[in-house]
Amino acid sequence: MAKKPVTFTLNGSDRAAFAEEGLNLLEFLRRGIGDLSPKYGCGQGACGACTVIIDGETHLACLTMADAVHGRKVETASGLANGKVHPLQEAFMEYFAAQCGYCTPGMLMSAKVLLDRNPSPTRADVIEAISGNLCRCTGYEPIIDAILATANMRARA
Amino acid sequence: MYEFKYHRATSARQAANLLVKADDAKLLAGGHTLLPTMKQRLASPANIIDLGKVAELKGIEIKGKTIVIGAMTTHAEVANSAAVQAHLPGLAALAEGIGDPQVRHKGTIGGSVANNDPSADYPAGLVALGATIVTNKRKIAADDFFQGMFATALGEGEMIVKIIFPIASRFAYAKFPNPASRYALVGVAVARKGASVRVAVTGAGENGVFRWADAEKALGAKFSAKSVEALKASAKGLNGDMHASADYRAHLIGVMAKRAVMAATAK
Repeated sequence: MAKKPVTFTLNGSDRAAFAEEGLNLLEFLRRGIGDLSPKYGCGQGACGACTVIIDGETHLACLTMADAVHGRKVETASGLANGKVHPLQEAFMEYFAAQCGYCTPGMLMSAKVLLDRNPSPTRADVIEAISGNLCRCTGYEPIIDAILATANMRARA
Repeated sequence: MYEFKYHRATSARQAANLLVKADDAKLLAGGHTLLPTMKQRLASPANIIDLGKVAELKGIEIKGKTIVIGAMTTHAEVANSAAVQAHLPGLAALAEGIGDPQVRHKGTIGGSVANNDPSADYPAGLVALGATIVTNKRKIAADDFFQGMFATALGEGEMIVKIIFPIASRFAYAKFPNPASRYALVGVAVARKGASVRVAVTGAGENGVFRWADAEKALGAKFSAKSVEALKASAKGLNGDMHASADYRAHLIGVMAKRAVMAATAK
């Protein structure tokens, strides 16, 4: 298949790479760009492990065409830490919100979009925000607690 | 996934031409049904025509006493639209309840309507509101469009361009979602426009969305939750599966209809 140039912003830096037509964004980010933070879970849009942020919205990278991000802003979990770990990451550690850790990058993306839009979410808001992300280890409670704790911490700061 | 040839359409006309010309071609809208189906090897189209960058198929506008929504408008865009929230808040709420955030950011109204999943939310909304589906060839009334499970009136080379919703004075949709998929085990949409009341049920019927005549009659006489309380939907022709028996779905139709009427009359 023909290759097409895709230029976009990844975690604030300009990036350009060639993508085969019909290649999905997850493969493109992992193999083409080398950002391994979005995970391949089910590959069919059911688990949310590949969740990335495109122009401020959560999207499933495995069901997104690579060239769809041409000219757009993409954020992944690898861009969260900026010198020190992001408050969400810190809270995830503190609350034991990760066991195997495979869902964590996707969870962090959904949590970030939630808190960017709604700095003081209710528990129900958090549950809705991560409803597209499956976790088979934690039972969700520590994850929900960690996201709420981040919001509370920011409100106090 | 089997190999396919990928086409990035730049206009609706080009996409429609490709759909006719390319062998065994499928239109790709949000990709949240077609791509998983392909990955599961349940579909293997030779050509994929991606509508993702066809700007003319996107957008929401008020035209007279209707809301016109472009086929490639996402569920999140419908849910967050100030125009929809102001004129048809029940439709914004319906879109807000579809799937999860990732689904709503990508899934489109045209894709959902063209797919006609028997448990999807939009078909009930379209039928209750008496919407019109505009394709590249003609206009089709929602009543004639949905023709059973995953079957629609769309012909070869036909593509949904936009959907026209008459603005009803009262409209709401209530569903009992499957907690995992959020698809409707039963969803009921209720619309009142002038003297006409329409009630559409999704998720329950073996042949997809259908109208509930008894409820329409009762609500036509008096549009209040009490009017549907006495009714009992028949379990005949309803789905029964591991999630809910046909009898339970029949029961839920009554409950969801009542909730929809209560929401429609709330303000």
